[in-house]
Amino acid sequence: MAAHTSQSVAKAAGDDVENDAAARGLSRRTDSKAPGGTKGGLGRALATHWYAWTMIAPVVLVLGVIIGWPLVRGIYLSLTDANERNVSRTIGARHIEATYEFVGLDNYAAVLSDPVFLQRLVWTVVWTVACVSITFTLGLVLANMLNRDFRGRAAYRMALILPWAVPGFVSVFAWRFLFNRDNGILNKILDGGGIAAIPWLDDPTWAKFSVVAVNVWLGVPFMMVALLGGLQSIPGELYEAAEMDGASAWQRFRHITLPGLRAVSMTVILLSTIWTFNMFPVIFLLTRGGPGDSTEILVTQAFREAFVASPRDFAGSATWGVLILALLMIFALVYRRSLRKQGEVW
Amino acid sequence: MRRGIAATALVATLALAATACGGDTKDDGGTNAGGELSGTVTWWDTSNDAEKASFQKIAEAFTAKHPKVTVKYVNVPYGDAQNKVKNAFSSGSDAPDVIRADVGWVADFASLGYLDEVPAETAKKVDAEFLPQAAASGKYEGKTYAVPQVIDTLGLFYNKKMLADAGVQPPKTLEELKSTAAAIKAKSGKAGLYLRGDDSYWFLPLIYGEGGDLVDAKNKTVTVDNAAGVKAFKTARDLVTSGAAVTNATDGYTNMQTAFKSGEAAMMINGPWAVADTYAGDQFKDKANLGVAAVPAGSVKAGAPQGGHDLGVYAGSKNRAAAHAFVEYMTSQEVQVQSAKDLSLLPTRTAAYEQPDVKGSEMVQFFKPAVDKAVERAWIPENGSLFEPLKVEYTKAITGASSPEDAAKTAGVEFRKILKGWK
Repeated sequence: MAAHTSQSVAKAAGDDVENDAAARGLSRRTDSKAPGGTKGGLGRALATHWYAWTMIAPVVLVLGVIIGWPLVRGIYLSLTDANERNVSRTIGARHIEATYEFVGLDNYAAVLSDPVFLQRLVWTVVWTVACVSITFTLGLVLANMLNRDFRGRAAYRMALILPWAVPGFVSVFAWRFLFNRDNGILNKILDGGGIAAIPWLDDPTWAKFSVVAVNVWLGVPFMMVALLGGLQSIPGELYEAAEMDGASAWQRFRHITLPGLRAVSMTVILLSTIWTFNMFPVIFLLTRGGPGDSTEILVTQAFREAFVASPRDFAGSATWGVLILALLMIFALVYRRSLRKQGEVW
Repeated sequence: MRRGIAATALVATLALAATACGGDTKDDGGTNAGGELSGTVTWWDTSNDAEKASFQKIAEAFTAKHPKVTVKYVNVPYGDAQNKVKNAFSSGSDAPDVIRADVGWVADFASLGYLDEVPAETAKKVDAEFLPQAAASGKYEGKTYAVPQVIDTLGLFYNKKMLADAGVQPPKTLEELKSTAAAIKAKSGKAGLYLRGDDSYWFLPLIYGEGGDLVDAKNKTVTVDNAAGVKAFKTARDLVTSGAAVTNATDGYTNMQTAFKSGEAAMMINGPWAVADTYAGDQFKDKANLGVAAVPAGSVKAGAPQGGHDLGVYAGSKNRAAAHAFVEYMTSQEVQVQSAKDLSLLPTRTAAYEQPDVKGSEMVQFFKPAVDKAVERAWIPENGSLFEPLKVEYTKAITGASSPEDAAKTAGVEFRKILKGWK
């Protein structure tokens, strides 16, 4: 089946459009006349699919260079004891050779047996679930509110997308000023209302609340726009028909809107989960993982391993990186499988 | 699409690790042997906002002595500097020729081969003409890698008027500090002491005060978790719970300066680098209102850490001769006297203290004896990295997120991870 399709595409692409049908006919005839063929499988595949291979070669090359190589290199590093002191480097005229060694799975054993990993993992999961669920719910509510006709609709939409247009670190720094316990505007407002200052970033629980709040603030516009797109693709007739049948607003939402948004929402939830899981800037810039280490997630911990202690532990950081990738891949696989069971295919 | 995103996310993490290993910049490391110095010297300065204008002016005046040398002044915020310098040095691209390094970083940079040894002649001068404890900070394994620019230590800054209004004297011990703070609070409703809770450097006077230290480098032993260490964490927590001190777990430095300058807090612990900025505050329009005393003593003694900044030359610099000449100029007596006068920074040259401008500075008058008594830290490469895990535990202890015992214990565990093979 696959062979047929690619073959016909390859040939068709090489011929004129008028010859397309003839070429297809020919290929089918050839196949039926001589099943099996005489060349080896791979050789034949190359010979017949050369055009397709040439077409995708640049993609393979680029992916290989920008994703494959660092990935392989990272996995390799995680199996060594590479650190700042023993990697090769050139300082002026002096070249220092690499002296790190292969240590097998020692790094993984060390990370996984350290209670810190479990602590970070638990908070990372809590953080991800909290951020994604709140962002999704808010985005859905806002998208529904915006999905009706009223004056100045475009202006409202623009305003809600604005946080997305501001560079992430700018917003996070702005929030950091707002949250400042002694001089921040939030506490000044509370003070005006006679409420005692809240230690937004100084108390572990409040700090967790604060980082989630900022991440939600940053994430809602994307959710809203994506879901708004989904809402607009649901045919209006469905609602009209439901209304004729006497369905209540909640029933219409429950039985038309939610199923209609299914494809979009499943995708944005997956994307948002992966982004949030690895959301370095919000945590790092807002609290540096603090107070203490209470808001440290897996990626900020990986950064700490590599860039805070001396000598910088490249192997340790790569180990954390590989573990994060593994966790996300497992999540994606489970997620896709559960979707497939529900009949979604993508 | 999905896999692409997952992979990209990881690659970002891994690439950070991977690219740091591939430094392949080539240069000849040539120096302008003989003749006139020429070229560009890029200097990364870590001084704060109140100090940088003065240093930029001094640095650029180097051109008057060496017309063919251009000084490129770059101010790098102190907080990011250690990482930035390491990134630049290890990749070799856009690395500065000269850096202003915290005394705690010198051994680290030197052990990684990033610093060029100071020319023998200059090294001799450093040994003969500089304060011995300052000179010690620029050495690693017996060789001199950096020339001390300024030396400092922590002291207790106090608002003379607020203390006088409350009818109290500057406290000499932590016990006195508590009663002083209570009197100030009763009188003005303001806080007694602002104690930084987000930087473990401010923890050092507390542990020295109990007769402890972070590590014992001579015996390769971690000491942060011994009885004195635990006591120090308890003291920190007690200062906050007793109401003697207010603290913050984020943006501590800015909040501390704001609180002290505006009279929201009557005392703070800080170093000479903060003097110029403090004078700019409302409360200190009359400079005489700022008083400085030794840090309050714990149950054993009063001890503050020796700090300061050294100037080092990048081993891969293309212009090492000019860079070393620049370092010599920036650490000359003339320049040190100037920065003592303008910024109340302490010179590292013994003879500078005889100069009228230095002698006449009240801050120098106070800080010089303090520096002489300051506790010298262990000049080991890991010195700087100890502060990060310590910060985590210090913040937890001071905010009550973990008990002093647990904080001391965990700090010890983390220290031993960094100092492999230590007891």
